[in-house]
Amino acid sequence: MTQFNADVFSEKSCCCQSKKKSSECEKKESTMSAAVTEQQLVIEGAGCASCVGKIEAALKQTPGVQSAEMNFADRTVLISGTADAQSLVKAVESVGYNAKPLEDSPDTDALDEKEAADWAYYKKLMRDTFIALSLGVPLMIYSIVVGEMTVETNTERLSWFVVGLLTLGVMFFSGRHFYIGAWKSFKNHSANMDTLIALGTGTAWFYSMLVVFVPDTVPLMARHVYFEATAMIIGLIDLGLALELKARGKTSEAIKRLIGLQAKTATVIRDDKEVQIAIEQVLLNDVIKVRPGEKIPVDGVVIEGHTSIDESMLTGEPMPVEKMLEDEVVAGTLNKSGMILFKATRVGKDTALAQIISMVKRAQNSKPPIGRLADVISAYFVPVVMIVSVLSALAWLNFGPEPALAFAIVSATTVLIIACPCALGLATPMSVMVGVGKAAEAGVLIRNGEALQTASKITAMILDKTGTITEGTPKVTDIILVNASDEKTVLQLAASLESGSEHPLAMAIVESALEQDIELLKIEVFNAITGMGVEARCDGKALLFGNSKLMAKKQVDLGKYTDKAQALAKEAKTPMYFAVDGQLAAIIAVADPIKSDSISAIKRLQANGIRVIMLTGDNKETAAAVANKAGISEFFAEVLPEDKANKVQELQDQMEIVGMTGDGINDAPALALADVGFAIGTGTDVAIESADITLMRGSLHGLADAIVVSKATLRNIKQNLFGAFVYNVAGIPFAAGVLYPFFGLLLSPVIAGAAMAFSSLTVVSNANRLRLFKAQEH
Amino acid sequence: MMIINLMGLAIIALIVWWFWLYTADNTMVINNDVTIEVKDGVYSPSAIQVNANQPVTLKFLRKDQTPCSETLLIPTLNISEQLKLNKVTQIHLPDIPPGEHAFHCQMQMYRGVLKVVQG
Repeated sequence: MTQFNADVFSEKSCCCQSKKKSSECEKKESTMSAAVTEQQLVIEGAGCASCVGKIEAALKQTPGVQSAEMNFADRTVLISGTADAQSLVKAVESVGYNAKPLEDSPDTDALDEKEAADWAYYKKLMRDTFIALSLGVPLMIYSIVVGEMTVETNTERLSWFVVGLLTLGVMFFSGRHFYIGAWKSFKNHSANMDTLIALGTGTAWFYSMLVVFVPDTVPLMARHVYFEATAMIIGLIDLGLALELKARGKTSEAIKRLIGLQAKTATVIRDDKEVQIAIEQVLLNDVIKVRPGEKIPVDGVVIEGHTSIDESMLTGEPMPVEKMLEDEVVAGTLNKSGMILFKATRVGKDTALAQIISMVKRAQNSKPPIGRLADVISAYFVPVVMIVSVLSALAWLNFGPEPALAFAIVSATTVLIIACPCALGLATPMSVMVGVGKAAEAGVLIRNGEALQTASKITAMILDKTGTITEGTPKVTDIILVNASDEKTVLQLAASLESGSEHPLAMAIVESALEQDIELLKIEVFNAITGMGVEARCDGKALLFGNSKLMAKKQVDLGKYTDKAQALAKEAKTPMYFAVDGQLAAIIAVADPIKSDSISAIKRLQANGIRVIMLTGDNKETAAAVANKAGISEFFAEVLPEDKANKVQELQDQMEIVGMTGDGINDAPALALADVGFAIGTGTDVAIESADITLMRGSLHGLADAIVVSKATLRNIKQNLFGAFVYNVAGIPFAAGVLYPFFGLLLSPVIAGAAMAFSSLTVVSNANRLRLFKAQEH
Repeated sequence: MMIINLMGLAIIALIVWWFWLYTADNTMVINNDVTIEVKDGVYSPSAIQVNANQPVTLKFLRKDQTPCSETLLIPTLNISEQLKLNKVTQIHLPDIPPGEHAFHCQMQMYRGVLKVVQG
């Protein structure tokens, strides 16, 4: 939204004619120090039309503002002048409203612009290719059919001079960008691909023109012209760039798909009327109406109606999710059945979708450590190739057969042209771009290239039991009375005691009491004992609730009931002891069912050679039962939250590369210590910033997908790097003529041009193969 | 041949000096912000100096259509940005640690450096 206004200069000349500057003049002059721009603010809290005048007046009084016009319908105000956005926001706030700058065009528009720009550039490159090959191909055919392009007679000199001029035209129209880029880089003491192309084609052209103009300076046998090489190289490299541009477009399909999820407009209820507005104008707390078949435009909470929403595009979870009052809805998901009203809680760049897009973009541009060597080589590559080119020419001049000069020119040109720093530079980022995108499609958000690389090497994976392997929503299954009269009283006291705790097992007890309409009692002196349980006083009684360690610590005799507890544990239930006034009152067992697809996902991990270990705070019997059901042979039981990180360390000490999967809250230290931390969650409350890799859905298949994608991506990077290294390491000596003494083979610069053009295309195309890779095998 | 060989060696020495040994004094000292043009294979300016502990905004104006120029990386600051064509892409750096922070495109063909010095 920035437009430069040339009128400001005429104001300056008018103003400064006055000897004594008025304050107005001073204000105008200060305005002139910066360019006049147009900015738009979105206004919050403007409920009536009379607000318009107040806001406009406040803005117009701000230094630097030339005009301010508010559109009450969409709550935006257009300001022209030199004032910065911050002072404009302050001016609006000073009269009691909130304001924020209207964000730049949304990603969808940016994507359309990028595609249009890429398409225009593609057409330009194809046109350049056509022009260059229109000259290069006939010259090539001539050289093959007629023979050598030598300059011996004056007629030949004249003919080749005309061809030389036509080649100069090709260099200007189709290859200008190479020469400008090379010159600017040279001035900047750097060298790039343009430098190599400009030097290679330039050398061929200048040598040919030298032969045409002053043939006597060149030995008779070396009087060849290489105009066809110049034209063909430019044409082929332009063609390679065009095809590479097309192929690159495909590498970003995943991000395009994510961006495409964003709705462009929203139906907002303002002043009891439905208003259709652009998505970037939606404000916090706006009430938004979504009909069946429409996309959710921003994040929010349902305030009216109920529906089912397809969240598969974000989480990979195929089943639609039911949404009722107070449930969260996420931008980009699809409303399937009912009509709902929801209140916007996150808008613009704060929505989960916007953050996911931003994270995927960042990760796609980051490099795993494997690419660092290629980076180091790229940094020195071009000058080294230039030196090799000079050495090659010297070698031919000193030791080559006649015409040595012609051989020297051909080998120097071919070395410059065949070297391809682009293939090296593209090898890693192209694969990362496709791999990270592919993972995002499977609901796996990878934070950066390093996480991607390490994930591919994981040898041991620790899975937190509750919420990761199991549903995380335990239910009360058994209440065994010991010294208590009835279950209801036990449940009432236990639930009252646990009502202050956020532990999933405690919540199961409370839930069970509420389901039976049991009223909770007031608790006093509540104390949570980490890793053991809780204690409190209620209704004059001393209550204890927790595991055997707590009972032992508080000297509560468990007697024969430990056997009963163990029997429950063997059924994969978690038994907890409840004591009143120092006497065991009951055993309450809670069970947390294993997720339906955990077993198959764990099998996939194990099939990838990963040692899977379960970690839980539960007792050994319960842990063993759950691990057995889930198909896991190793587990750590009775682990305190603070000890989780120690378990990660233990495995690392055994030289394992450790992945840790948890819910990202109490597992944070272990997630941080692990080589790769995986946060598991749903699309809405995903802990995006807390882990190396975030799984958007609750299923452990996301974890297996992450491993499979990372392995495939690393394999692809290695193929690309190997190809690029081998190409350059083998191609450059070949171009210099090392095979000539043995086989009489010397590469043509035209073949070198084709090889260079298509080497980067090969790298991009190989990266694109990853798009066909299937991460989800369930 | 001796002269030709010497000329060849001189060219090699020139390449080494120009691209690796020469330390250009073209650093632009800035206060708060700078517009960096991305065009024809180079960032202009390509060497920028700022004082540490002050916010800085780098405004990249990409005028080059080639895909190489699209991505900007500042690895030491963990920054990667897509530069929009013919538009300014702002990168706000609220607090930059002292030292040299190289910025470049994905293939390191475009290269620049942000020098952060103690004020």
